[in-house]
Amino acid sequence: MGPESDECEVEKMSELKGIYALWYREFKVFLRERSRIISSIINPILWLLIIGGGLGSAVSFSGINYQTFIYPGVLIQSALFSSVFFGVYIVWDKKIDFLKEVLVAPMSRTSIFIGKIFGGSTDILVQIIILLGIGFVFLSTGIMSGISFNIVSLTISLAFLLVTTVGLISIGLILGSQMESPEGFQLIGSFLIFPMFFLSGALFPIDNLPPWLAPFIFVNPVTYSVDGLRGALIGASKFSLAFDFAIISLFAFVMIFIGTYAFKKMKI
Amino acid sequence: MNFMYAIETKSLTKKYNEINAVDNLNLKIEEGEIFGLLGPNGAGKTTTLLMLTTLNKPTSGTAKVNNFDIIKQPDKVRKSIGIVFQDPSSDDILTGYENLKLHGWLYDMPDDLKEKRIREVLELVELTDRKDDLVKKYSGGMRRRLEIARGLMHHPKILFLDEPTLGLDPQSRDYIWKYIEKMARDEKITIIITTHYMDEADKLCDRLAIIDHGKIVVLGSPKNLKKELGGDIIRLKAKNLNIEILRNLKYVKKIRKCNGEVCLTVKDASKHLQEILKVVGKVDSVEIRSPTLDDVFLHYTGRAIREESPEGGWAQRVMNARSRR
Repeated sequence: MGPESDECEVEKMSELKGIYALWYREFKVFLRERSRIISSIINPILWLLIIGGGLGSAVSFSGINYQTFIYPGVLIQSALFSSVFFGVYIVWDKKIDFLKEVLVAPMSRTSIFIGKIFGGSTDILVQIIILLGIGFVFLSTGIMSGISFNIVSLTISLAFLLVTTVGLISIGLILGSQMESPEGFQLIGSFLIFPMFFLSGALFPIDNLPPWLAPFIFVNPVTYSVDGLRGALIGASKFSLAFDFAIISLFAFVMIFIGTYAFKKMKI
Repeated sequence: MNFMYAIETKSLTKKYNEINAVDNLNLKIEEGEIFGLLGPNGAGKTTTLLMLTTLNKPTSGTAKVNNFDIIKQPDKVRKSIGIVFQDPSSDDILTGYENLKLHGWLYDMPDDLKEKRIREVLELVELTDRKDDLVKKYSGGMRRRLEIARGLMHHPKILFLDEPTLGLDPQSRDYIWKYIEKMARDEKITIIITTHYMDEADKLCDRLAIIDHGKIVVLGSPKNLKKELGGDIIRLKAKNLNIEILRNLKYVKKIRKCNGEVCLTVKDASKHLQEILKVVGKVDSVEIRSPTLDDVFLHYTGRAIREESPEGGWAQRVMNARSRR
């Protein structure tokens, strides 16, 4: 090995430490801010109990109870909201000079982006595991039925949720890197999140859509996450799991690519 | 060995919408000195700092920092410097110690060295017994001290301090000044301070450049700059002053009117005071004092430095920053 490649190894090590540092910070702050965890859990429960329970008394799809039907959608919803809004923290870091402190450190912008993704994904993973636990409780108490919780279905679900989360956090970070104010972020963030949620089939089946609506649903990457998760947990999906997973992986990959670029171009 | 400058800028320029925030700056800062960039808000001090720390790209020109080019070798520049930003830049939901640990990782410090340095710099700014408190429990001055400690942690050759005492109370300012002098002595590094406080620049800096509208107006040691004015300041307050006659006295270097008062720069002022009073006639009050950097600034730019910052003090921004999350 020549001296050049030696230096390269050293650089890589330091980047890893930097990524770890950013992950550490995000996770520490997440654990200290209990209100964040609690609010991210309460919302999905309300959706399950009120919308799911209320509509469920009248609606069921192909024999599946409505509450059970929207459970995968609610999981995705929770990941969607938390992921995109994770980007707002970078706007806050910009408002004080914390972002400058990170940017002036000798690590690449790509690593900073990756560190943020790791930090955010960990937060959301914790949140999702709690929601899966709540699902299990609902299932055992008979509030929901027909969801298969086993090693295989849970592994597939977590894989879907994680990849989706990475793609969505990237969207949040891209937005955050361009915005100056948290209020502006909130506005544009909501403008993105609500169509992505309502046009994902989280709340209704996507088998017999009116022709004008179908295109909107099928260009939405979140549709494939919901479909995949529904396939894994209740065995009712429109597409094959492999196809769903391929689409959201592609989505996540493209978003990481754009996000890295946005971070490189980020002005302070 | 060749003599090396800590910083050497070559026609460094930054334009924002056709306005030159930094205009053709040529500056040489020697190793080991405390150098001040003094000027009103919006003079281009922070922009200069952001370019020297590679956070902002110059429109034209370049600079060498520790002999590394800021455009071609930004990574090497970043590794060799430390910076304390104007706004709070620590995470207030982490403890002081955690903030420093984070910094050690970001700068790839080996673990044993990192822990040793954390102890040393905490000692330096006297925060050792508060290291495990969340930063949001710190006062503005303590948070500033923590950030100064952090800037020093990775043994930078140059430490940049952007308005280190902006918005702090007088007691905290004294503390910060004490630490800056102490670390310049103990750590033997080059320190570059931007400030719009004249007294701060006067007290701390070996040399300073007065900057206005992105250009260097004058450069030198505070002592020499004041000396070059050519005398002390005599301030006269009176209804009808015979100013014309003062112009004939050759020891009167400069005459300036300011809201009903007249300020004279006079060589050997105490010696000539009697004569001056004799020729100008009746005065209501007289004040004689040594020149300050305010007078230097006034002399070269024709106006006083604005003391108040329009964007609010640092303390105010600490408060704003707290409302996050």
